Amino acid sequence: MTPTAAEVALVEEKARLSREETIRLIQIAKVGHFASAFSCAEILASLYYGVMRLRRGEPDWPDRDRFLFGKGHAAAALYPLLVDWGFFDSEILDGYTRIGNPLGDHPDMSRVPGIDFSSGSLGHALSAGVGMALGGRIDGRDFRVFVLLGDGELNEGQVWEAAMSAAHHGTRNLIAIVDRNEYSLDGKVDEVLGIEPVADKFAAFGWEVHEVDGHDVPSLLGMLRDVVEDGTRERPAVIIARTIKGKGVSFMEAELGWHLGYLVPEDEARALAEIRGTA
Amino acid sequence: MSQLSSLHEGSWHLHTVLEQSPGLRMLAETLADLIDEGHPIVACTADLKYSNGLFRLQDRHPERFLQFGISEQNMVSAAAGLATTGQLPYVATFASFLALLCCEQIRTDVAYPGLPVRLIGHHAGITLGFYGTSHHATEDLAIMRSLAGLAVVAPADGHALAAALRATVDHPGPIYFRIGRGRDPEIYADGIDFQLGKAIVHDSGTDLTLIATGSSVHPSLEAAARLRDKGLSVGVIDLHTVKPLDEGAVLAAAATSSRLMTVEEHSILGGLGGAVAEVLATAGAATPLHRHGIRDVYAVIGPPTHLYRHYRLDADGIVAEAEELLAR
Repeated sequence: MTPTAAEVALVEEKARLSREETIRLIQIAKVGHFASAFSCAEILASLYYGVMRLRRGEPDWPDRDRFLFGKGHAAAALYPLLVDWGFFDSEILDGYTRIGNPLGDHPDMSRVPGIDFSSGSLGHALSAGVGMALGGRIDGRDFRVFVLLGDGELNEGQVWEAAMSAAHHGTRNLIAIVDRNEYSLDGKVDEVLGIEPVADKFAAFGWEVHEVDGHDVPSLLGMLRDVVEDGTRERPAVIIARTIKGKGVSFMEAELGWHLGYLVPEDEARALAEIRGTA
Repeated sequence: MSQLSSLHEGSWHLHTVLEQSPGLRMLAETLADLIDEGHPIVACTADLKYSNGLFRLQDRHPERFLQFGISEQNMVSAAAGLATTGQLPYVATFASFLALLCCEQIRTDVAYPGLPVRLIGHHAGITLGFYGTSHHATEDLAIMRSLAGLAVVAPADGHALAAALRATVDHPGPIYFRIGRGRDPEIYADGIDFQLGKAIVHDSGTDLTLIATGSSVHPSLEAAARLRDKGLSVGVIDLHTVKPLDEGAVLAAAATSSRLMTVEEHSILGGLGGAVAEVLATAGAATPLHRHGIRDVYAVIGPPTHLYRHYRLDADGIVAEAEELLAR
């Protein structure tokens, strides 16, 4: 289903918000995962502003759709969206990572309203998502469970235990998205520990597999909706979103070291200008 | 149960040998009863439903039984996900796999968020005798005890297990239950008032108090009876909850007895013995403590009862250990 221009514009605006706020939050922490956050900005914005069933100000609404952030090191990209949904006060963002603040580098369900599951140790999230999908099914509830996995995360063996498990149990309400930004910490994923052919792997594990440009909002949002609304599918689905690590800031796109980093004010201004389109 | 129609008397297979594990029958049946009573229990297993007896629960409540196959880590993380949706998952697998293979999933996904997941580590200690070190769990109490927010319970027989499951069904946080292979001799057939964190004091004694947990309680009771027959004053405490530990019961025994001895089918490092030593040292108790168990080694292999004899974890061995201690 092709999204309308207004729907696309909303998602693009929220992706911009996510990137701008990521820059601000990382300036507070003095270190952070810029590039990982930027590669998934459109994915997060599409889910939170075009796909997921949520209620403003009600992070614990029992029938909400769930989101699990496997690649939790990009949590800074999500926190501003949770504030925007009224799940917690914006002042909390100002203390990102400072002592006693609930917002850390990785998302924490025990501390942060709107975080459906904690992460940080890669490889757990898809399993937890399987559990949530089964938990909903046992009670006849129809919420959907979205799990965003990093491509490097697919190196973890537990991901494939979970993939097998999801297909075996036919968790049709479980949708995984792979942020295929091609890089993990030490370099190109396919040089560190290759994951290709990743689509074939998921297909062989019994999943319905889709691929999309993870920054092209009309395509991404349209595909997410098609998959979510497909009432005929009897198995879990994965969307492999081809993305660019550091997307939106030219010098981060060009150099892989920005998985983790910090910007002095002059470079912060450059990055923000590019994100805002005022460079 | 399956019939072995074509085989001669004395042959057996997995399903028939299960009849020798009444404690595991109580695991499945208690949980199935609790489902009947409306508790949102989901029983999870990793290709061991015959070993832990949960196939019986599956027979009664197929919709509340989840088979995860041989993917223990996935099962534990999925149980955490289940718990976030209001279900009450009971995850069962061999204690060695649960406490060691899945330690990080338990810590990060279950204990840290404080989710009401129940972890059933069965065939704990050296009950899997000649299956070898991969299947022995002599570290699980030490590991699980160190995880903040996780209660650790080792019931001494099937009745204690049933009572513990029932008494803790509404406990808001996670619990690790350590059980054997379900063949512990009965201690509590006449009933047990199980309270999480409250030790059961069987007897008090001035010469010695045996503080035991799980499978070591029955042989300790038997050993104490024999020592009493020899004129010694010996008490026994069933310290079924290793965490939170009943410090009052331990310190009361320290005040009454000249010596204390912990007995556990576990390493003497960090488990029951370690926990009791911490309590005594912190309180400044002067009563000497002897920690009896597996002494920082990997157990040899052999049939379980032979191993209990070898490691002095049967009644004879506990008597011998106690007599040597008291002669020092």
